[in-house]
Amino acid sequence: MIQNFPILVVILPLITAFLIPLIGWWRKKYCLYISILSILSVFIISIYLLNSVMASGVVRYDLGGWEPPYGIEYVVDLLSIFMIILIAFISLVIAIYSKKSVEKELSDNIVAFYTLFMLLIAGLLGIVITGDLFNLYVFLEISSLTAYALIAVGEKRDALLASFNYLIIGTIAACFILLGIGFLYMVTGSLNIADLSAKLPEAYSLYPRVVLAAMIFFVVGLSIKMALFPLHTWLPNAYTHAPSVVSALIAALMTKVGAYMMIRIMFTVFGIHFVTEVIPVTSILSWVAAIAIIVGSINAIAQTDIKRMLAYSSVSQIGYIVLGIGLANSIGLTGGILHIINHAFMKGCLFLAVGAVIYQTGIRDIRDFQGIGKKMPYTMAAFSIAALSMVGVPPLCGFFSKWFLALGSIESGKWIFAVIILLSSLLNAGYFFRVLEKVWFGESPHEGVDEAPKSMLVPILILAAGCILLGIFVFIQSSFIKSIANTLL
Amino acid sequence: MEIISIKPLLAVLISLICALLIVLSRKNKNIRESWTILTSVTKFVIVASMVPTILRGDTIAYTLMSILPGIPFEFRVDAFGLLFGVLASFLWILTSLYSIGYMRSLKEHAQTRYFACFAIAISATMGIAFAANLLTLFIFYEILTLSVYPLVIHKETPEAKSGGRKYLIYTLSGGVVLLLAIILTYSFAGSLEFMNHGFLAGHASPEMLQMLFVLFIIGFGVKSAVMPLHSWLPTAMVAPTPVSALLHAVAVVKAGIFGVVRVIYFVFGVDLVSELDMGIALAYFVSFTIIVASMFALAQDNLKRRLAYSTISQLSYIILGAALLTPSGLTGGILHIAHHAFMKITLFFCAGAIYVVTHKKNISEMNGIGRSMPITMAAFSICAIGLIGVPPVCGFLSKWYLSMGAIEANEVFFVFVLLVSSLLNAAYFLPIVFNAFFKEPDDKSSVGEAPPFILIPLTITAIISIILCIVPETLNPFLQIVKEVVENIGWKI
Repeated sequence: MIQNFPILVVILPLITAFLIPLIGWWRKKYCLYISILSILSVFIISIYLLNSVMASGVVRYDLGGWEPPYGIEYVVDLLSIFMIILIAFISLVIAIYSKKSVEKELSDNIVAFYTLFMLLIAGLLGIVITGDLFNLYVFLEISSLTAYALIAVGEKRDALLASFNYLIIGTIAACFILLGIGFLYMVTGSLNIADLSAKLPEAYSLYPRVVLAAMIFFVVGLSIKMALFPLHTWLPNAYTHAPSVVSALIAALMTKVGAYMMIRIMFTVFGIHFVTEVIPVTSILSWVAAIAIIVGSINAIAQTDIKRMLAYSSVSQIGYIVLGIGLANSIGLTGGILHIINHAFMKGCLFLAVGAVIYQTGIRDIRDFQGIGKKMPYTMAAFSIAALSMVGVPPLCGFFSKWFLALGSIESGKWIFAVIILLSSLLNAGYFFRVLEKVWFGESPHEGVDEAPKSMLVPILILAAGCILLGIFVFIQSSFIKSIANTLL
Repeated sequence: MEIISIKPLLAVLISLICALLIVLSRKNKNIRESWTILTSVTKFVIVASMVPTILRGDTIAYTLMSILPGIPFEFRVDAFGLLFGVLASFLWILTSLYSIGYMRSLKEHAQTRYFACFAIAISATMGIAFAANLLTLFIFYEILTLSVYPLVIHKETPEAKSGGRKYLIYTLSGGVVLLLAIILTYSFAGSLEFMNHGFLAGHASPEMLQMLFVLFIIGFGVKSAVMPLHSWLPTAMVAPTPVSALLHAVAVVKAGIFGVVRVIYFVFGVDLVSELDMGIALAYFVSFTIIVASMFALAQDNLKRRLAYSTISQLSYIILGAALLTPSGLTGGILHIAHHAFMKITLFFCAGAIYVVTHKKNISEMNGIGRSMPITMAAFSICAIGLIGVPPVCGFLSKWYLSMGAIEANEVFFVFVLLVSSLLNAAYFLPIVFNAFFKEPDDKSSVGEAPPFILIPLTITAIISIILCIVPETLNPFLQIVKEVVENIGWKI
């Protein structure tokens, strides 16, 4: 049993996804409970896996007993287990939150929603655990297709358009990634990541252009998947029109898994020497990221719809993560990976809190948020904590992402990035304080609005507490992440 | 010797807990206010109990945890931090009493939020005073920035909101520059721990260090209201008067000043700053503020705004003293932190008392007010004279030391600056005093003094302002602590 834990991480949610229609046929409300149960088991398994990775190094699992490089291999290393725990935890919290929200927004489609929800999580978990490039592509498609569907179930017709837009762009991205994988397979004859990266230097000396083309396909495809400026155009509409739960889920997790793939492809497949010296793709990425940080923030300031504002804020925050990847030194990459978890908590909390406000009042325009803090004090307190963390107020977690990224920029002699990171925290302050001022000061025109129901409030508060704890105990996670960064570089 | 004790942590935590208790007992305002009084007194007792240890030459340290590699979350109380801590915690007691009188007399709304934010702000001030390294200091510095924001926009009028926005833009920008400076320091030296002789020497090229110094001055300069980074302060006067009194004359602005002095003496160190030629350059830079802010003050009719510009000018006295890099200059500068606090808080208390009784904000409406409010205006006159630099009020003492410092540094120009500024102080303070006592009141309706909760604190601070000047040196606690600071740096006075 225990040696099968790596496969269970993927199989459990996958089987649950197929069970849900059957159970939903019998009792609709059990769909939620079985989803929660399944994610909770994954979470417990992942804690166990963390222990064994910490104790005895990388855990490998051969699917069906076929040995790599011929069979598919699952590899749980520090980075994978970090992502698995993050995905399991955040999706667990969001699943608890989803009860009321889904009952209201998607009352006809509860069964379909949870089926897709579990498929999406299975896809995300698959991406981060697999050690095989083609398998990674399969899971990427599973998660993308479910995400298109989940966005399309949003209330308004705009959601359909947003989803269709995302589908077209996302499919192009998937094609690019597939081409990249195909090219690498052509020159190395392998799909296993470890095997492939060992054969790559030789392949590059024989077929430099093919490897180069593969690299470019990967960079562009993954940039689209993680909505890196200027390939971010699908994101604002998708986040704005998706149901609240879905916005939170894809904002907190999907782009992060994109970042994970970027890190994997860059540092594990191609290797640090290749991406920094042979082709300086990292320095290009860091400049693009710097522009993304600024452009995303400025766009966010211009929005009146709060979900759209958060969406543009995500464009900017993805820039932080990519900047960390682009710096390609130990401290910078630590900052980038740190921001994966920090941003997941912050943005998750913000989207859930906004979802609760929409659930209670239906308002989405920032100008209507006047005095809502007096009516929904706990929800908005959590929102404020996450917002302040995004601004980078110490000792909240967002501050430390900035700290590491700025320090990493200075270590690599690129001061301009440190200045941009710090400048962007002022821009963040610009758009968040605009909301906070409305929320807390002034009379509320909202009569009879109450605090969100407990099943929504508790997840929001958990994530807000996470923003505080991840900041206060940053020493623990940053030293863990630093060891991840050092294994990659 | 370094003594490990939990006292500094307690001094910080106690008012955070107080904020929580205030929110919990929001239903009963008497219980709520008694928490404020209770914790302010307890806090002062905790802080004051550290004085004998520090005067013996020891320091008190407490490390809570590690934040980042090489940077612990640590408190270390030295003489300089203690001076600021004693000052702020003592004045918090008086301001609490005053706040109760002020807020209740005016029947202000959202008093729970007000008292809770006030408590958090004081807690952050203690954190700044006792922080052992730059990052710990920065954490509290940012908490202070944010906790004061709700106090600035307390009235929730459009004017208050725009004042609040301006305050945030300035202070957050300052914070960002400061953070850049701190990250650079960490990158150069690998440490952020305050040392008596600085720790940056030899860690980077002189040009780099000069730039770093400038970044630090800009970062801390916003809260210190150094021109041209000052204009948030007059706008923030839209806050209730106790906020202006304690935060915008003592805690917030002095936190900026505190940071500047920490950077000059405990991050760079005297030798390095004079090697880089930054000391005198800074002194010239702030001289501009000293003179020009006083001129601006002349033009204000709103009493609180005039006091705000006076604060801007006086704050730069402190930086001037520190930047002279001489024992007397530093003594004068640090002494002025305390002296200016007592005098300026009295002036603000008086402005608030007048507002509570008469609802008048402008100086032109205050003719003859000394007849109906003799105690208030007597206190006002004492401290106005003190700020001009006339004995026997404590402002004289600090100006004396500052002038000595300028002479020690062979820079007679600064003595001249101090003199001109004194004349300008006289020009904007004396007419107020004169009109209050010698002009006929505009309306004959006789109003009395403010309620005792307001009157007693301002009387106490005015009396202390005199005592600090006339008491023998050995009995003056602030002078003793300042001597300890100067000795720690390696000077004798």
